[in-house]
Amino acid sequence: MQKRVLYRHTLPLRIMHWVNAVCLLILLGSGLQIFNAHSALYWGQGSDFHHPWLILGATSDGDGSLRGVTMVGPYRFNTTGWLGVSEMDGAPTERGFPNWATIPGPQWLALGRAWHFFFAWIFAINGVCFVAYALWTRHLIRDLVPTRKDWRGIGRSIVDHALLRHPCGEAAARYNVLQRVAYLVVIFGLGGGIVLMGLAMSPRMDSVLGWLVDLVGGRQSARSIHFLLAMGFVAFFLIHMFEVVITGLGNNLRSIITGRYAIEVETHHETDH
Amino acid sequence: MKPITNRRRFLLDSLALTGTVMLGGCDGISRTEWAPKVLNSATALSRAAQRALTGDAMVEEFSEADISPWFRPNGSTDPASVAYRALAANGFRDYRLEVGGLVTHPLSLSLDQLRLLPNRTQITRHDCVEGWSVIGKWTGVQLSRVLQLAQPNAAARYVVFHCYDDGYYESLGLDSACHPQTLLAWELNDKPVPIANGAPLRLRVPRQLGYKMAKYLRRIDLVASFKDTGGGNGGYWEDQGYQWYAGI
Repeated sequence: MQKRVLYRHTLPLRIMHWVNAVCLLILLGSGLQIFNAHSALYWGQGSDFHHPWLILGATSDGDGSLRGVTMVGPYRFNTTGWLGVSEMDGAPTERGFPNWATIPGPQWLALGRAWHFFFAWIFAINGVCFVAYALWTRHLIRDLVPTRKDWRGIGRSIVDHALLRHPCGEAAARYNVLQRVAYLVVIFGLGGGIVLMGLAMSPRMDSVLGWLVDLVGGRQSARSIHFLLAMGFVAFFLIHMFEVVITGLGNNLRSIITGRYAIEVETHHETDH
Repeated sequence: MKPITNRRRFLLDSLALTGTVMLGGCDGISRTEWAPKVLNSATALSRAAQRALTGDAMVEEFSEADISPWFRPNGSTDPASVAYRALAANGFRDYRLEVGGLVTHPLSLSLDQLRLLPNRTQITRHDCVEGWSVIGKWTGVQLSRVLQLAQPNAAARYVVFHCYDDGYYESLGLDSACHPQTLLAWELNDKPVPIANGAPLRLRVPRQLGYKMAKYLRRIDLVASFKDTGGGNGGYWEDQGYQWYAGI
């Protein structure tokens, strides 16, 4: 076996990847800060305060101690310490998401919004740059859109991923079909969707995006979908980290920092006939 | 398996550490003098982009069936000032809206005089900065009609709203003030505006968030700049760090 080092990620892609990573972290933290200002979600145009589908709330026990209660549809969970009620300066405090997960840490809606909208612009501009670059360099068509052959092998790829059997050798030189589908869904589904749902929450934008707001069922639906798409990003991040680790942390990290990615290839010995 | 576990442990630890440092860093940055200014600079971009994309477009108006059963009030819900208590005790019969500042004709209008102006009724959504929304039916007079009567002079750039709940004030640019859906409203859902929602007269600006829509209106001033009013940021919540432009 020999190692072949290939140049996998170009400099613009590496820069855009890391800009995106920082944006997502800050958008998530400041987004949870904004969520905490009213820690309930609804479907529809207005808020039906009696029927949220998600609440991160608190109840007071008989002895006066606070208990965090998370309600998802008809289900109730005790989430004290994590959701609804969490430690703040050493005391249990009513708070949707805990301090360590929000930007800024304490309840501070005005500044949470400032962080969120500043980085939303960078996120959106970075996203537009990525799509333009990926079209221009054919990165999108060549590396991300699955080929017909990819689609035929999707069943096998799902089984392989489930068994943690990852492509190696020359097969690892290109993205496999599940990677391609995952990246496309994240970029256009989650990325595009979350920006649109963000815009749909803006009262001023609704003067021209009323059709979009109606299409998803109303402004509160847009807020719910915005939140769910953010949770989609969190889920993607966790799977992404898991795959990065089990397919070779060092090699993967190097490739997204320096661009260079090593694959193992069979050495071919010339044989006499 | 051990190296993998260690490596995973290491990665998770580094991630947790990076996260904590970054979030902690964000807290430190938040408390500086410059950070809010830099972060809020994006609001100017948002405002310019939204103005360019939406112009004078109207927000969606809804049907009677969409009206929320309860129009959730926020902020002050029962002003305690002596002047307001006296007005409320008398059913607001002595109420006067003063319009002044940089105008040719200062006005002092009773509710009956306001009602004689052309009315507008609109069923619009109210979006609170906290994230929730309610839909209500508002009847009032377009602010632009009142401004036409007062005749702002050329130096006027902003409209400042002073309120009976002490210290609350708000301001709009002339473009927002003259939008057809910007109302001075005295009726909510076919009844006089309840005290909790801003009786007897409140501002409606459905293209912006709830905190712009000053309740308990006392006086409207046209000004060249709001730097000398309140904390100088154009409104009660703006003085606490909220964005003056609340279309987003």
